[in-house]
Amino acid sequence: MAIAARTTAENRAERSPRGKRLSDTVARGPLHVFLIGLALLWLTPVVGLFVSSFRTVAAYSESGWWTALTNPRQLTLQPYLELVQNESLWTAVLNTVKISVPASLLVVMIAALAAYAFAHIEFKGRDWIFILVVALLVVPLQMALIPVARLFGLAGIFGTVTAAIVFHVAFGLPFAIFLLRNFFIGIPGDILEAARIDGASELQIFRRLMLPLGMPAIASLLIFQFIWTWNDLLVALVFAPGSSAPLNVYIRSQMRQYGTSIDIIAPGTFISMSVPLLVFFAFQRYFVQGILAGAVK
Amino acid sequence: MERVLRGLAEITLEEVAKTFPDGTEAVSSFDLDIADGSLMVLVGPSGCGKTTLLRMVAGLEDITAGQVRIGGKVVNEIPPKDRDIAMVFQNYALYPHMSVYDNIGYGLKLRKVNKRERDRLIRQAARTLGLGDQLLKKPRALSGGQRQRVAMGRAIVRQPEAFLMDEPLSNLDAKLRVQMRTEISRIQRDVQVTTIYVTHDQTEAMTMGDRVAVMKKGELQQVDAPQSLYEHPENLFVAGFIGSPSMNLVEAALDASDGHLFVEFGGTRLHLGHDVRGRRRGIEGYIGRRIILGIRPEDMEDASMVGAAPIDRRMLVTVDVKEAMGSEIYAHFEVDAPPVLTEDTKELAIDAGEEVLEELEEEAGTNWVARLNPRTRAREGGRVELVVDTQNLHFFDAATGAAIYENAQPETPGRAL
Repeated sequence: MAIAARTTAENRAERSPRGKRLSDTVARGPLHVFLIGLALLWLTPVVGLFVSSFRTVAAYSESGWWTALTNPRQLTLQPYLELVQNESLWTAVLNTVKISVPASLLVVMIAALAAYAFAHIEFKGRDWIFILVVALLVVPLQMALIPVARLFGLAGIFGTVTAAIVFHVAFGLPFAIFLLRNFFIGIPGDILEAARIDGASELQIFRRLMLPLGMPAIASLLIFQFIWTWNDLLVALVFAPGSSAPLNVYIRSQMRQYGTSIDIIAPGTFISMSVPLLVFFAFQRYFVQGILAGAVK
Repeated sequence: MERVLRGLAEITLEEVAKTFPDGTEAVSSFDLDIADGSLMVLVGPSGCGKTTLLRMVAGLEDITAGQVRIGGKVVNEIPPKDRDIAMVFQNYALYPHMSVYDNIGYGLKLRKVNKRERDRLIRQAARTLGLGDQLLKKPRALSGGQRQRVAMGRAIVRQPEAFLMDEPLSNLDAKLRVQMRTEISRIQRDVQVTTIYVTHDQTEAMTMGDRVAVMKKGELQQVDAPQSLYEHPENLFVAGFIGSPSMNLVEAALDASDGHLFVEFGGTRLHLGHDVRGRRRGIEGYIGRRIILGIRPEDMEDASMVGAAPIDRRMLVTVDVKEAMGSEIYAHFEVDAPPVLTEDTKELAIDAGEEVLEELEEEAGTNWVARLNPRTRAREGGRVELVVDTQNLHFFDAATGAAIYENAQPETPGRAL
């Protein structure tokens, strides 16, 4: 009896890893089905636009995009080929770069310097100033559009790329400083003290220690800030119309009351989307890097 | 390592004080002289201000009052990078994104030492520390002991005027700690750089220091060579802090009859011979009064192990716990007298843990330890007669906690005899 019982137990123990895996899969099955369904639902408009970008205007007005799934002969590269020859699109792309690259770099640079001071340099009223900066997070951007537009008018930069950059930097800083300061404060002060004793100036500590050690946070911030400014419509619509207009403003201008240039909107949107995606994949390793391992103890 | 020619770098602290913005007085009016090339250990329980003091010497903490001089130069207002000192931190504080090579060489690079010279110095320091084949690794790939060595390397490579070490061994396991202890002593002797070494471990203090400064609550208690501290503690605190197991203390009465002097506590009466009285003439002034008696564990022995143990220097005790250490035996027993409760002994108890203080305040008897010959027949629960080496008894003023030596304490009343 005892021996028999033990053998059964042993058998079960032997079988258990596979059995366990199977039961896990079964248990999680409904959840997975639900999540996949949700993802598909979410992707439908994007896929629709993506498929549409490979169809002609004529096809667009005749049938729905999903017909291309069963009849792939509808698909053509023509909209893209025509678009790349469109000069005003390239002006818009260039404007987008001119706005989003300096805007994101400036935010990260200024915020990193400020965050270093807030996190690791003692000065009078430090905590109060930091609270003030954080409080600025609640100021809604929309409220500022009109007063800032008048201010820019007085300064003579209204309607230029510079105007859009300045606005983006100003409204990006509070969050950027908040994020970086909270990351920097986790960098052990002992390391900075060691560097001070080694003979480093504050600027050297910032460049040789804070920037490399803060890289996960700085890279995330840079990516977010870049994507935000790249995808921005409202600020550019107000401050950089006409010849300074970036891609999103240009694409939007193709929507008219009695008809839409879908042959520009659909491929234009995908060109616009591809850049943030590339940036994200290029820098994503910084998100997961545990660079602080081994610093102390 | 070669010794670079440079001026004398003695460190002098003169009435140094530190008050934090919240009003806490971490260090008060502290005087200390550290001779060029020597190793001074600052030791005391946690929170006694020793690390704050070290950080003031490093320049990482503002000095509230007083003067710190390094090599004769007042450095109060000089930032750490211009003080020409190197510091080893408790948690090593290595630069996590730099290789061992760059960690050691960063200070030289900042001081614009040219590349070839830098390379030579880094490799030399790495060789001294046995890190030769670890140079390309990042700190996270190193063991605790190796990280500790890198932190040392970063200090010695710069050939500074002074090393400041803040509990550098406290994160290592016991075996490695003993090994690194000797290694740090050896390196310090080789490079002959004035060193301040902060620790809360009295064993480290005893084994490493040329001189040891014992601190309590921001105040200096005594500075002396380790052996002198052990043999001639100036007060109860130093007596209880230095030595492991620590000195046994008890409140006792000192009385004289027929010209003989006796010290009496918990049913035990020990005769003090002329040798003791000659060396500690101060005790004559305490006859008929309460004093605090201190006996080191090694100054007691199983009477049956000693040939011709004098009858009038014995005490009969019941062994509670027997700890066999191999070369010796620690016998724990209780003395039937209330524990000594002064500010010093409370401070020592807090250092050992809050429970110890509670125990101290509640218990009727005092727990003692004797270090006996391993061949003793004493058993747990059994009674054993101990003979006390009265030559090495310690006496303290019950009110002030000050040790009583050759001269009567100035504040004590005139001699009775």
